[in-house]
Amino acid sequence: MTITDEPRRTHGYADLPRLMGLMTGDEKHGPAATSTLDVLWVLYDRVLRVDPERRDDPQRDRFLLSKGHGPMAYYAVLAAKGFVPVDWLPDFGAYDSPLGHHPDRTLVPGAEIGSGSLGHGLPIAVGTALGLRAQGLDRPRVWVLIGDAELDEGSNHEAIAFAGPAGLERLHTVVIDNASASHARPGGIAARFEAAGWSAVTVDGRDHEALYAAFTAPHPGRPHVVVARVEPKNA
Amino acid sequence: MDTMRDRFAPVVSRLLDEDPRVAVVLAEIGKDGFAEARRRHPDRVINVGIREQLLVGAAAGLALTGLRPVVHTFASFLVERPFEQVKLDLGHQDVGAVLVSAAASYDWPAGGYTHMAPGDVALLDTLDGWTVHVPGHPDEAETLLRHAVAAGDDKVYVRLSVQSNAQARPVDGERFVTVREGRSGVVVAVGPVLDAVLEATEGLDATVLYATTVRPFDADALRRATRAAGTDVVLVEPYLAGTSTAAAGEALVDVPYRVLGLGVGRAELRRYGRVEQHTAAHGLDARSLRERISGFFGQAAAGS
Repeated sequence: MTITDEPRRTHGYADLPRLMGLMTGDEKHGPAATSTLDVLWVLYDRVLRVDPERRDDPQRDRFLLSKGHGPMAYYAVLAAKGFVPVDWLPDFGAYDSPLGHHPDRTLVPGAEIGSGSLGHGLPIAVGTALGLRAQGLDRPRVWVLIGDAELDEGSNHEAIAFAGPAGLERLHTVVIDNASASHARPGGIAARFEAAGWSAVTVDGRDHEALYAAFTAPHPGRPHVVVARVEPKNA
Repeated sequence: MDTMRDRFAPVVSRLLDEDPRVAVVLAEIGKDGFAEARRRHPDRVINVGIREQLLVGAAAGLALTGLRPVVHTFASFLVERPFEQVKLDLGHQDVGAVLVSAAASYDWPAGGYTHMAPGDVALLDTLDGWTVHVPGHPDEAETLLRHAVAAGDDKVYVRLSVQSNAQARPVDGERFVTVREGRSGVVVAVGPVLDAVLEATEGLDATVLYATTVRPFDADALRRATRAAGTDVVLVEPYLAGTSTAAAGEALVDVPYRVLGLGVGRAELRRYGRVEQHTAAHGLDARSLRERISGFFGQAAAGS
């Protein structure tokens, strides 16, 4: 029986390695390929108020994958949650596949932005938060996922420095910290956000309960960052 | 006379009142004109500070939620500095915005090259789907700003300048206007260069088309004009010389033609001074234009 015989079936966390394997041809993935996996799973499984039927609903939460490189974990989670048909996965990167090595929002159901060039997601997320606020849409929250080395890009710092003083409470950033930046940020990642007035929590990026607690921690009047530490990329 | 930019904040402030989709995004420059509008619409008049990547990125985010962002700063900081944001956050994300620039090619010559953007339109030409308006008078700027904001979710660039023609012409946000008809060549004058072009071509028996919307390029108008006036074509543009040469070539692809592209030179002058001095240095004053246009058409300038 193929998956297309039961398009409504959703998958669990335990299915993700197999789904990723459909793209990579290997069910054993190194830490770099899965650095985002647990964060994405906890967000889509327990935090984000969005599902395939409501992916155009103005009241949905927005999740923006800014670190578009290595999107297999993202596609696997989107497939597990029914946004993307599982039978799209084996053609990952092919000419007529909607699933490229960097996602394109016009091709991937459920993808809020196209990404690949680093440092674009957080500024767009700031604008998304402002746009929702301007329309009185108070329910939706905005999430953006970036990498620790992506913070090298100055555009992020334009957004971080603006969002704190602007009090963009609905804006949430997850930084996947796999220690991949060649020149690590002095004082740590959370301190950079805190200096701009953000709420910040640093947690084990593999611990689902710790992630959930960090994602749902109250942060009245301030944007919130969760620094999710995972195995160093070059360990 | 007031400038195009003097019209910008009042016109867009009215649009903010009229249309709940409109939002203004600024990076400090131009914020004073929107002080009153910001009091009325605090969530739709946004100043991100001196952060031009965020300026365009945030505009894209606003557009993703369904708003119609109007984004303003000097041309160098609106198109050149955040060019990848223009390419990706607007184009690749498939959302629209209205980019409204000031300072043009050399509106502030004493400010030097850092505040000059003669290449803005040529840069946008590397991207798909941009409408480009180059008004030549404050009244035209007002009309074209309204067209731009009303253009659904299109990507629209409006290039404001302190350089202006003495009188406004009727513009429709789409087509070139025939200002003068002749039989020995066609001159396309873009925006603020029209007065100089009219003076330069006095008595030359050339057709003069006036263009305030240059992208899409009104190929039909150029083809029509060449039927009576022949296919010697001169483009006079207030930005980088030759920017529209390829567009003219596409319009005339099925006939033999000659085209001369006049405009702002590529070389950096490293001069300050006044606007008229830069206009002359780039050969865009009426006398230089007459010499170059009549030379190209192979006619002796009347009276010389």
